Amino acid sequence: MAKIVTDVVCPFCGTLCDDLEVALSDDGEEILEVYNACAIGAAKFLHSQAKDRLTRPRMKQEDGSWKEVTYDEAADYTANLLVDAKKPLMYGWSSTNCTAQSTGSEIGEEVGACMDNTATVCHGSTLIAVQDVGVPSATLGEIANRADRVVFWGCNPAHAHPRHMSRYSIYPRGFFTGKGSKSRKMIVVDPRNTDTAKMADVHVQLEQGRDYELLSAIRVAIRGEKLPDVVAGIPKEQIYEIADTLKSGRFTAIFFGMGVTHSLGKNHNIDIAIMVTRDLNDYTKAAIVAMRGHYNVTGSGQVWGWEFGFPFCLDLTRGFARYNPGDSSSNDLLIRDEVDAVFVLGSDPGAHFPVGSVKKIAKLPSVCIDPHITPTSAVSKLHVPVAFVGVEVGGCAYRMDNVPIETRKVVEPPEGMLTDDEFLQLVLTRVRELKGAA
Amino acid sequence: MAAIQINLISGRTIQQGVSMENGKEKLAYRDACGILELDDVDFKRLGCFKNTNVRVSSEFGTVVVKAIGATQGPHPGLGWIPMGPWANALVDPNTYSTGMPTFKGTPVTVDAAEEEIVLDAIALITEECL
Ligand code: SF4
Repeated sequence: MAKIVTDVVCPFCGTLCDDLEVALSDDGEEILEVYNACAIGAAKFLHSQAKDRLTRPRMKQEDGSWKEVTYDEAADYTANLLVDAKKPLMYGWSSTNCTAQSTGSEIGEEVGACMDNTATVCHGSTLIAVQDVGVPSATLGEIANRADRVVFWGCNPAHAHPRHMSRYSIYPRGFFTGKGSKSRKMIVVDPRNTDTAKMADVHVQLEQGRDYELLSAIRVAIRGEKLPDVVAGIPKEQIYEIADTLKSGRFTAIFFGMGVTHSLGKNHNIDIAIMVTRDLNDYTKAAIVAMRGHYNVTGSGQVWGWEFGFPFCLDLTRGFARYNPGDSSSNDLLIRDEVDAVFVLGSDPGAHFPVGSVKKIAKLPSVCIDPHITPTSAVSKLHVPVAFVGVEVGGCAYRMDNVPIETRKVVEPPEGMLTDDEFLQLVLTRVRELKGAA
Repeated sequence: MAAIQINLISGRTIQQGVSMENGKEKLAYRDACGILELDDVDFKRLGCFKNTNVRVSSEFGTVVVKAIGATQGPHPGLGWIPMGPWANALVDPNTYSTGMPTFKGTPVTVDAAEEEIVLDAIALITEECL
């Protein structure tokens, strides 16, 4: 009889599903099966059991080979790297729990680091827009119970957040949405005919990068004013129809993703999407939610928000927090050669930054703290594998709608492996020793 | 065979997510992400068959990937590479003072490169950076 652990939280995407069940071997040490998760979530749990997994830190040698070191040696190297640097970049913080994020902040303060999280290549544009114009938002629970108009703009949950539609946005039968997907009109705006678009009532196949124009046209249409014949490749008749559909519902939910945050216009694309939402509130109830990627990138913004007042792009080098995306953002710092050491935890800039930035990381003293072998670990001088948060250690994470959920520990990590937070505590202690403040 | 100009975007796929969790050093990750999805119309212009390796070049870099038929098309004139080091070999790191590199909407040239191989993620990043 397998032992079943219930109410397990999936530590992969911002949907942060909290209804997983994990079957364990009789001794409770091995994960046999993962129920309710999507394919990606299941892969995350099962891969933690991989036989070829790294369980000890390793340091790159002159000849490019790796040599195993102890966690103490790794912590010592990391602390020295951070203390010796004039302006270290401490990046990542999205695939870990809030406790580790907070310990990281203490280290960042001690060494005067620039700290940034994966929002910088994801929803950073959104965070700037929210600071500029505010945001009328809602939780996914409210949306499941109320939304009868659902828009996915520049996002493809069928692939990126596979259970989003079944758990929250399209299929659930909620209090006021008793007929599930039949209670809802689904609009997808995307330059590709994505698998999400194929499920929609309406697919608006706009020209890539013309989001601002189309959002602006929708504002015009909501007001009933005149439009040119075609905007962003979409005929005006369809734009008026979209405006009518959105206005006529009882509750409109707009979800948006990288299609808008990554295209030219960036934060201004989001400004105007938020303004569309605000306009709709003159006619009905409307809310807008960012489809956050990493399961706890939202938490990183929350922790830094309450500690420093800013959600990403922190510059602590002057002993107080400054915030100036474009200046204190990871890619700008790297491209302009403004940082002299790189520390990465819970993210993979090697795979997800433009290669121009990765080349800079490769030239600097660097440490990568990550359970996996990644392009970042490949270009780093020290790689520290740690336990998987949400699988081998619990801790708080924030869902994409800013709801905190406590993740669960399901199995023990391989013997002798540290968690992110345990390793960061070692580094913090060593940093304080080096700075003579212990 | 001719070189063609297209507009490049990137994004997630289930296969990208699954293979990434199973290990980015594995060939399955390369097979999931070292691809370029092209529309039928663009294959005709390019003058090569589906599942051929192609060289994709932008102002910011060059990478070899396997060109496959669009799975979420049609999208003529638009190329698509799943998020990962292959797509990011081509991306404009300029943030225009927003902090956000311009990941979507990179003008690229595509030409057939049947004799070239698609590197795995670790080999690709090592070749580019070390
Ligand atoms: S949708 Fe996201 S959180 Fe839910 S099981 Fe899949 S990867 Fe995990």
